[in-house]
Order: sequence, then structure tokens, then C-alpha cells
Amino acid sequence: MEKQEYTITLYTENSIGMIGRISNIFSRRKINIESLNTSPSEAEAIHRFTIVIHETEDVVRKLCRQIEKQVEVLKAYYNTNDEVIWQEQALYKVPTDVVTEKAPVERLLRRYGASAVVIRSDYTVFETAGHREEIDALTDALTEYNLIEFVRSARIAIIKDSEGFHKKLKEFEEAEPAGEVRENRYLDKQDKVFSM
Amino acid sequence: MNTLEITKDNTQAPLKDDTQTTPLTGAQAVLEALIAEGVDTIFGYPGGAIMPIYDALYDYSEKIRHILVRHEQGSIHAAQGYARTSGRVGVVFATSGPGATNLVTGLADAMIDSNPVVCITGQVFAHLLGTDAFQETDVINITAPITKWNYQVTDACEIPTALAKAFHVARTGRPGPVLIDITKNAQVQSFDYPGYQICNHIRSYRPKPIVRREYVQQAAELINSAKKPFILFGQGVIIGKAEAEFKAFIEKAGIPAAATVMGLSALETDHPLHVGMLGMHGNYAPNVLTNDCDVLIAIGMRFDDRVTGRLDKYAKQAKVVHLDIDPAEIDKNVKTTVAVWGDCKETLPLLTELVEQREHKEWLARFRALEQEEIKEVIHDELNPTSDIMTMGEAIRVINELTGGDAVVVTDVGQHQMVACRYAKFSKSKSSVTSGGLGTMGFGLPAAIGAWYGAPDRTVVAVIGDGGIQMTIQEFGTIMQFGAKVKILVLNNEFLGMVRQWQQLFHDRRYSFVNITSPDFVTVAKGYGIPGRSISDRKDLKQAMQEMIDYDGSYFLEVMVGKENNVFPMVPQGSSVSEIRLK
Repeated sequence: MEKQEYTITLYTENSIGMIGRISNIFSRRKINIESLNTSPSEAEAIHRFTIVIHETEDVVRKLCRQIEKQVEVLKAYYNTNDEVIWQEQALYKVPTDVVTEKAPVERLLRRYGASAVVIRSDYTVFETAGHREEIDALTDALTEYNLIEFVRSARIAIIKDSEGFHKKLKEFEEAEPAGEVRENRYLDKQDKVFSM
Repeated sequence: MNTLEITKDNTQAPLKDDTQTTPLTGAQAVLEALIAEGVDTIFGYPGGAIMPIYDALYDYSEKIRHILVRHEQGSIHAAQGYARTSGRVGVVFATSGPGATNLVTGLADAMIDSNPVVCITGQVFAHLLGTDAFQETDVINITAPITKWNYQVTDACEIPTALAKAFHVARTGRPGPVLIDITKNAQVQSFDYPGYQICNHIRSYRPKPIVRREYVQQAAELINSAKKPFILFGQGVIIGKAEAEFKAFIEKAGIPAAATVMGLSALETDHPLHVGMLGMHGNYAPNVLTNDCDVLIAIGMRFDDRVTGRLDKYAKQAKVVHLDIDPAEIDKNVKTTVAVWGDCKETLPLLTELVEQREHKEWLARFRALEQEEIKEVIHDELNPTSDIMTMGEAIRVINELTGGDAVVVTDVGQHQMVACRYAKFSKSKSSVTSGGLGTMGFGLPAAIGAWYGAPDRTVVAVIGDGGIQMTIQEFGTIMQFGAKVKILVLNNEFLGMVRQWQQLFHDRRYSFVNITSPDFVTVAKGYGIPGRSISDRKDLKQAMQEMIDYDGSYFLEVMVGKENNVFPMVPQGSSVSEIRLK
């Protein structure tokens, strides 16, 4: 099975120590987390983790099951890049005189849709958002023009065919889940995802 | 979790007028919680950061028993032993810093063997957290990977809900250890105690999945179509209290069944369909025929590598049905054809209803034929040796003869463990207590103490090696002070036997630091007020063992056994189960 990028989306309780418990699951298996983002989710008081790793589907599926075993994790989903809308954000600090005096810099910033956040006499901070390759290309280009500081955020991603977590949360809040709840979705497609 | 509303100044938000409350300290609330959960025994050791809880315990000593161990590792192994024989949650008290870190081995052991244990550790005052205060350690982060759940309480108002959640998480689903770390300020803080509410639902936690009948149906069809079905059962049957349901299932379907180490005693050893133990030192027939069966039915077990041997040559010919409560176990190691996710107490009766009444006589006869081969090559000589030197196996045989399989057999880890697991007879469930997954030397003695408190009317025999006993021998003191009637049987081969066996077989007999000397154990035991004797002559064995079992109290018996005896059969590491060696 081929390794590829997977986006893992977790819905969790917002409790102290969750990041540690989640990251332990990866580090114990010597799996590198490419990016990790935590944020509120569409559901009130529910936290959303977005984790990117480069692994086979078999490994990712097993990881998700281990993650779901954590008492304070409600649900773990994993998706390929085709199945999510995703982006990352980046901030660039460049000397203001370079921006004003060098025409290619202006063209570059336009091409990548970067916009100025702060303009000072000594430096200007630009931000842009997009896929990793776009951000990396702009970073490479700006490096030639005295890029002072650069930072890129973790990936955030929306799952294309997700209906959001509101309905699911209601099911979880039921002490005795209704008969039609089908938690065991892995069972339905295990033939497709397993390899030894 | 429904947490109480906490205001900024660390007091509880005003309660409604109609609510009756009593002022309590956090420490008292801990003990009220334990009493509400029906806890009768605590294994613990006091220290600075848990002193308020021990102070409160002073007033509760009529209602709850506290066993003062000699080392915190002993407390958690005792709690595990208690949980294993009683089927209830074991409870541990320990202080901060070294008290908490001494629990780590036991937590890891309880985690991998699914033992329900709640540990309550003291912690430094909340304002000192992170300051490298005296006896401060980051116990929450240290124990996160080896607890099912853990939580740090810094305000007394959190105690009732945190403990209710702890007990719920520890005992439900696939059980496991939970640690609650309580800062000293929370222990001394007074608050309006709202009463204790048992927790039975946490929205983010689904311990008991809904059984999907279509998979039970598919499993039944597969089983009904099988010519050579074979059942592997693990501790899940015991944890699920599904021994009767399990027996009904195998008897109707007429399928031979083999136990994992952790599953021992779920089915009585003499049952006609019980075909022995699986694994590296398991029985010959179940290992060989794993690679011959057509449908493999795994119930409450997790395909540990000691069970499967080489995975890519494990039961490749078979369709696999896996019943387990933990979805993470399904397909983790062995690809499942049909997975029945659920509590086997629920799934087994559904399956029994759908399977056809069968007798697989010829198939069962093949197990019995291979068993005869094993008896001839290994078992007979191990249990009835002709040389003057005693074997571990004959000591276990004598226990069987004298107790009729009614004893609780607790083991440590190593050769004696495998021999005890292979040869001990069990007539009822919850009779085998051993460190299966973690393989913790030093587990045996403290676990046996806890096992006795969990089943005080039963004979508890702790079978321990000369190496393992020296790891936790201080727990003799606990026996001395509190009187657990544990029968301590040390099988002394003057070696760290299992490592020596591997060095002999796989490292050209290069015996590297396996030659371990022992003190005069009988004198040590005597120093702790435990009577005992040491025997090295077969003619004394039965009588000494009888004396040990009949003695009203703890008794120590050392049996000197062959120094370089090996445990066979054996599936060498990296080999397939069907390549099991008889010698």
C-alpha cells in the first residue's frame, strides 16, 4: 500500500492534556506529525484537531481507532487530499524598501495573492493562504529579496462530504444510543482498507 | 462529564435553594466517593502530598480497609490481583513524586492486561505545580500512555465528578487503569458537597458498542459451514462475566477451544472441548492446528505476538471471526473475515442461537492425538520425573492433586509462570492471576496478596521464581502486618531460568548474568513471621505442600528444582506456530 498524505480530523472534548495524549499515539509508533492544528469546531464546546501525516491507509486507519479509544475523543476521521478542502496560511516579513523599489517583488506578491498586514518604514508583513506548494514557491522567491522572517501555519481542512458534527454530537449525548446509530463504520469497508 | 460550575475564586457556584449540601473537605469527598462506589479495600502508602486524604481515612477506618504495602509498586499489583479475583475495581493510594512514579510499572501492567484499577495520587499544592517543588513530578504526563484515562484535580469541587468518571471508565468497556492526581490544596479545601452521583455516561466515551446483528449472522454462517472450526478465548470472556454464555456456545457448536494465558480459567481445564493453552509455551495441538483449521473464532483476545508467532504464517488458510469489545483490536494484527464488535456477554448468546448443534468428533480427535504426542514427549516426564531432581511441573501437579483445581494460582514471570499456566488445573473462573502482556517480574507476591483480599475464602497459591520473589520480597511485611493468607511457593532453580533457557538455545550457552544467588528465604520469611520450609527431596514434596495449604495463614515453601530444565514445547521467536518444538 502506497504512503500518501492523510488529513486526520478529530472531534474531542476541550480538556487539558489532549494534545499530549493524541501526539503520544503517533510518537509511540515513531510516526512524524507533519502538521497539527487545534481549533474550536462547528459544535459548541467541541474541539477540532486537524493532523496531517504521510502514511499508508492501513496505518492511518489503525491510528484512528487508537485515537478513538481515548476517553475524551468523540470521533476520528481520515481523508485523502482529494476528499478535503484545505489550506495553510503564511506570514512573510520583508524589508519595505525591497517591496517599494524592486518591481519583481510586487509582481510576485500579486501573483500569489499576498496582502499586506502591516506596513512600516523598515519592514512590511504580508500574508497569504493556500496549498503547501504555493506557499513554498513564494517563500523560495522571496528568499532572494532579503526575507527577514517567515512562518507557516498548520493545515486546516474541511471534509467535502461531511455534514458537520451537530447531528453526531446529539447521538453521543444520548445515554442509550438509538438503534439506527451505526458507529461501526470500519466494519463496512474493511475489505478495501486492510493489508498486512 | 457534567462538571460543577466553578467560579473564579475557586468556590462552587451557588446551588439552587432546594439542594441539600453538606460541607466537606476534598479529602472527605474522596472517601465518600469510594464508599459510594462500594470500595471495601484500598492498597496504599502515605506521604506528604496525600496526608489530608490519610487524615480523613483515619475517621473512615470502620467503613473501609486500608492495606499498607511496603512499596507503591506492591500497592498497584495488589489492586490488580484484587480486581482479577473479585471482578471489581482495585483502588490505590500513593503520594506525589516517587510514590506516583513507583506506580508506573503496575499501571503499564494493568493497561496491557485490562485490569480495572483506580489510583489516587497526592500532588503538591496547585500554586507549586511546575516549580520543581519537593516531591513534585508530572505524573499526568508520565502516566498518560499507560492509563485508560487520567485527570488532575486542583479544586475540591471537581472531586465527586472526577472520581465517578474514574470508576466508570476503569470498569466499563475494555477495563483499564485510571489515575486521579489531587493537589494538596484540593484535599484540604472545604466545599459544599453536593452528594455523589455514580457516572454511567460520558458523551465522548462509548464503552459498549451496539451489536450489529448482520455480522453475528455472517459469523454464524461461517461457523456453520466450517469443517474444522477452532476457538481461541481470552480474558474478555472473564471480564465480560460471560463464562456460562461461552460454554453454552462451544457446547452447542461442538468446537474445540484453547485459552490464551490471560483467558485461563474462563473454561474449566477438564472440559471435554478444552484443548489447552495457546502461545509460545502453549500446548502442541492448539498451536499446530491453528494452521490447519478452516474457521478460527477468536473471542475476547487480541492476537498478541506470543500467541501468533510469525504473523505472515499465522492461520493463513483460515477464515477469521473475531469477537471483541475493543474496535482497535479488530484487524490490528490478524485480518478478520467477520468482526463481531461488542460485549461477548451479549454477542455470544446471539451467536449460540444461530449456530447449528454439531459435534466435530474427528477434528477434536486430532487435537487429542497431538495431545498424546505432547504427553509422551514432554508432559509425562515433566509431571512424573524419573530422575532425583524435582521439576517445576511436578510441584504444580501436586497443587492440582491437593486443591482439586479450586485454588487461585497467582504467578510471577518466567519459566515457573509458563509451567504453572500449562499445568495448573482450574475448576472455576477468575482463578489464574498472571502478568500476561507486560511480563512483570515482581508481580506475583503483591498480586497474590491482593488476590486473597479479592477472594479471601479461596486458597491463593503464589507460584514465584527465585528471581521474581527478590524483586518484591518486601511485601512479606504487608503479609506480616495484615495477615493475607497467601501460600507462597518459590520454585528455585538458582537461575533466571527463562533467560538462561534462551541463552542456552539461542546464544550458545553463553550464560550472561543469569546465575542469581538467593538469601535463605525460609529465614527471611521467618523474620517476617511467616512460617515455612525448604525442600529438595521429592519424598517431602506432597507432605510439605499439604502443610502449606492446610496452614491457617500465610506459609512459605521453597522447592529446589532442576537448575537447567527447559520449558517445552516452544515456538521459537520468528517461527510459525505450527513449527512448535517439542524439545
